[in-house]
Amino acid sequence: MSTATETKNKKAPAGERVADWADGRLGIYTLAKANMRKIFPDHWSFMLGEIALYSFIVIILTGVYLTLFFHPSMNEVEYHGSYVPLQGQLMSEAFNSTMHISFDVRGGLLIRQIHHWGALIFLAAMFVHMMRVFFTGAFRKPREINWLFGFLLFFLGMFTGFTGYSLPDDLLSGTGVRFMQGAILSVPIIGTYISMFLFGGEFPGGDFVARFYSAHILLLPGIMLGLVVAHLILVVVHKHTHYQGPGRTNNNVVGMPLMPVYMAKAGGFFFLVFGVIAIVAAVATINPIWAIGPYRPDYVGTGAQPDWYMGFAEGLIRVMPGWEINLWGHTLVLGVFIPLLLFPLVLGAIAVYPFIESWITGDKREHHIAQRPRNAPTRTAFGVAWITAYGIMLVGGGNDIFATHFNLSINSITWFVRIFFFAGPVIAFIITKRICLGLQRRDHDKVLHGRESGIIKRLPHGEFVEVHEPLSAGDRYKLTAHEQYEPAELPPAVDENGVERKISRTEKLRVKLNKSYYGDGSQIAKPTAEEYKEITEGHGHH
Amino acid sequence: MKKLSARRRHPLAAVVVLLLALAATGGLYAAFAPAGTAKADETAQSLAIEEGKKLYTVGCASCHGTGGQGTTDGPSLVGVGSAAVDFQVGTGRMPAQQPGAQVPRKKVIYSQAEIDQLAAYVASLGAGPITPKAGQYSPDGADIAKGGDLFRNNCAQCHNFTGEGGALTHGKYAPNLANVSPKHLYEAMQTGPQNMPSFPDTTMPEKEKKDIIAYVQAVNSDRTETPGGFKLGALGPVSEGLFAWVFGLGALIACAVWVAAHTAKAKKS
Amino acid sequence: MSTQEIPEENLPVEQGTAHGAVKVADDPFADPGLPPHKPRIQDIDERAAKRSERAVAFMFVLSMLATVAFIAAYVIFPVDKIVYIWPFGHVSALNFSLGWTLGLALFFIGAGAVHWARTLMSDVEMADERHPIQASPEVKAQVMADFAAGAEESALGRRKLIRNTMFGALALVPLSGIVLLRDMGPLPEDKLRKTLWARGKQLINMNTHEPLRPEDVAVGSLTFAMPEGLSEHDHGFQTEIAKAALMIVRIQPDDIKDKRELEWSHEGIVAFSKICTHVGCPISLYEQQTHHVLCPCHQSTFDLSDGARVIFGPAGHALPQLRIGVNDKGFLEALGDFEEPVGPAFWERG
Repeated sequence: MSTATETKNKKAPAGERVADWADGRLGIYTLAKANMRKIFPDHWSFMLGEIALYSFIVIILTGVYLTLFFHPSMNEVEYHGSYVPLQGQLMSEAFNSTMHISFDVRGGLLIRQIHHWGALIFLAAMFVHMMRVFFTGAFRKPREINWLFGFLLFFLGMFTGFTGYSLPDDLLSGTGVRFMQGAILSVPIIGTYISMFLFGGEFPGGDFVARFYSAHILLLPGIMLGLVVAHLILVVVHKHTHYQGPGRTNNNVVGMPLMPVYMAKAGGFFFLVFGVIAIVAAVATINPIWAIGPYRPDYVGTGAQPDWYMGFAEGLIRVMPGWEINLWGHTLVLGVFIPLLLFPLVLGAIAVYPFIESWITGDKREHHIAQRPRNAPTRTAFGVAWITAYGIMLVGGGNDIFATHFNLSINSITWFVRIFFFAGPVIAFIITKRICLGLQRRDHDKVLHGRESGIIKRLPHGEFVEVHEPLSAGDRYKLTAHEQYEPAELPPAVDENGVERKISRTEKLRVKLNKSYYGDGSQIAKPTAEEYKEITEGHGHH
Repeated sequence: MKKLSARRRHPLAAVVVLLLALAATGGLYAAFAPAGTAKADETAQSLAIEEGKKLYTVGCASCHGTGGQGTTDGPSLVGVGSAAVDFQVGTGRMPAQQPGAQVPRKKVIYSQAEIDQLAAYVASLGAGPITPKAGQYSPDGADIAKGGDLFRNNCAQCHNFTGEGGALTHGKYAPNLANVSPKHLYEAMQTGPQNMPSFPDTTMPEKEKKDIIAYVQAVNSDRTETPGGFKLGALGPVSEGLFAWVFGLGALIACAVWVAAHTAKAKKS
Repeated sequence: MSTQEIPEENLPVEQGTAHGAVKVADDPFADPGLPPHKPRIQDIDERAAKRSERAVAFMFVLSMLATVAFIAAYVIFPVDKIVYIWPFGHVSALNFSLGWTLGLALFFIGAGAVHWARTLMSDVEMADERHPIQASPEVKAQVMADFAAGAEESALGRRKLIRNTMFGALALVPLSGIVLLRDMGPLPEDKLRKTLWARGKQLINMNTHEPLRPEDVAVGSLTFAMPEGLSEHDHGFQTEIAKAALMIVRIQPDDIKDKRELEWSHEGIVAFSKICTHVGCPISLYEQQTHHVLCPCHQSTFDLSDGARVIFGPAGHALPQLRIGVNDKGFLEALGDFEEPVGPAFWERG
């Protein structure tokens, strides 16, 4: 043993000796044994989460740089930097230092723009990643908790973004903070207290920039970083889902190994993401605070919007009718409070969906195959309905820009949004479900009759027919491998002993919902082997 | 129903659907596009009143009445002053073309001499703001930063932070101030055209108007510096969000597709 | 791959572990298993592989050059240098060059690595087995037994006094943290009900910083005013102006529909709070022909000729009006504070 070690020590290259040293303390060989050749499936839609992860890292890196120059203070100073149209203007130190970063620190503007563009892209990437997981049913057991972690990341990301947007203390963000304060005031009983405590007194006071700063750079990103780590650990533990295909089952994961392919691909992708964001920041201005001006609570500009991820909340507040109830010396500001409640509720609807679906199906098995959206028509329709509601509210949040750029009346757009917030999702649900069923039917036909080749043949008696090419075994498998649930049935009202069975209301509801998911008209039965044989053997091959 | 299903695959089906969709979109647009009646106001000044009157009779009298007293189609021009005429006709808003929520800026159809004559005639109907002289509106030597502060207090609420314009009620709007001449900016503040309130010298002295004009020219013209790059219409977070989704996320998804795609195989077997 | 006449021939005898379907030898929908690996050009043609190698190296070299260019741009361009670049406009030379060089330096590292992985690293697909996340019954039984032993040894179940006092202590201790938050701000009291306006305070034109005379205010004009004695340099200016900002318009007295509005005006000059009653945006998009004022943030619309009542949008009540008159020097003055709180509604507003 000892001699062996000695000879090894002499010959082992430096890298190995370092690894040995680390292994003795960290156990890295055991870790590497399990993970070095870990398999990741190849699909572009599996990389959306990576875009989010990498833009998050880009934001942290650039954010650290910005803290070197930013002064989170609301003390009033006069501007004497290099931007002429603000010379001598009164502004907070926060605004002044942001101007300094933008005009007097070399590369400061670039880093600021990377940081802000990165934030918009981070939230957008989380959104599409979440939708990918949703529409492929990748949130099913065992991944429900990871779905919630992801949702929390999106939710916290919105507030991290909002607090960051508020820090420069410019006229646009100040208006956003004012809106937030007005919304807090609408909370019954404790609203005024929360507002006073948050702002250190009346709005705007002199505290909120410093307080938002600690939330923006420490509290919220700290929690998010923890969640990201947990999210990734669970991805490793669960192993990635993969799409249905030949050789891909619920018990394996097919793809390329981490070392070397995914180290190069995922590692390289980080640089691609950073590079693209840097180029975007080179060519397009974001949040030009010099053009917007310093905050004054009595000034405002039209076109006052939050960043896109808060646009949906902005829409809710814009289109709500101005309901206000005055009773017994108190005011219930429903016109503001209802949107404030709807904001987490609408987002929460998508967050709790996995639990609702698993309750409806009663399925307790693990699922590692990412479904095709068409094969889960009711879920897909629900998701599209949700996106529709979200999108309609985004339109509501930008109603003034839509009005000026499409020559519409702002009042008509507001009414459109009011109606279609309710009608839009219903219409979207019905249409989506029909489209899904249509696609299922097409898959069904494709399996039985083959794919349309585009070749037209003329038969001896003059009839024209299109030649259909039979599918390969792999393609046939791909189109038929998805599972189809049988609709649930209520047990008979009387059991075998003639005793009346007690069926709870929730169980009745569950069965009803289950039937709407998997009953007649909600899925197209897969072709059976008999059907296939009858057709292929009967008709020859067209 | 079955027939409809059968015809879905007809080669012309896509065209029919497209036409129906276009018709529906157009119908919806017509339903939501603002409609209303044109409102305008106008005025004039001294010497060539006679010439102005002739021009007036031909081009303006049908809406504003033969003596400028106003009709149901156009407001009275008594007392609007020559500055209002110079603005309205000089920016092409008058003569109005069609009824709508607001009379838009368009091609100017009178020469400056004719505009002056018209202005002289309308000014003779009753005293009002007088067309400013170059010394009054020239932004030379004005305080841009002071103008910016005044702009944010008095103008930005309708015209946006740097004068890109914005929406008002029922299809009315505050126009974009890019490339509006200093004289017309001055006249607009002085006279308050259409639904814009006026900012008379008594509450906003001439010097402050100059400051505002200097600011608008600095931040919203072809020469405006946008150090950060393309300014995306200077519309704020809506256009930024759209850009981030389409170009930012779009480019990254394109990268993802490339990263994950299978490399071309040697030969198709 | 494309033209198999008889499907059965292509079915492997041994099926994979396809889930769901019945597995009979002649099931046409059975899992044929992973398709055989097909080589890429680079796998069989060394020249192609060389080309790929050179392409990857070329990208890494480009990245190095871009970093050199980044440093050069940092040194060469002054921070305030503006250049015209179509179609981006008059942009900062430094921002534009630093962004592109940094972006390309990063992008080419990524592109090189990905091209390397895609063309030169093995692309043989492999399968990893999955194991259920759930523990086996034996493991679970072991854990339960261990837990029971631990719980038993702690005696937490038997010694209830310890348990209850411990939970009590743990529940109480965070209270200290909550108590410490008390000094984050003062109590609301009546702060939201009072503004700087008071009887006799003159209306100061915010453009000129001079007191306003009634004859200054023309019909159709729009003016903003703040109370006499307030200065932009004051320490609490932002907080005070957030409540005291005033919007002054003049309407022909005959056009004023609301009786109280007319009484509180001076010859048609009306002074309304500039702060929207919805969530507090400064509302001042005044349409002088319709007398409507629109909030740019959420489109609440108020009719200034009718007591500033809400005619559209999410605001719940009218804009508060300030009662004004003229003092003996001929200037406009307030005849008191607002009679109701300005700005957004809140629970105690009543």
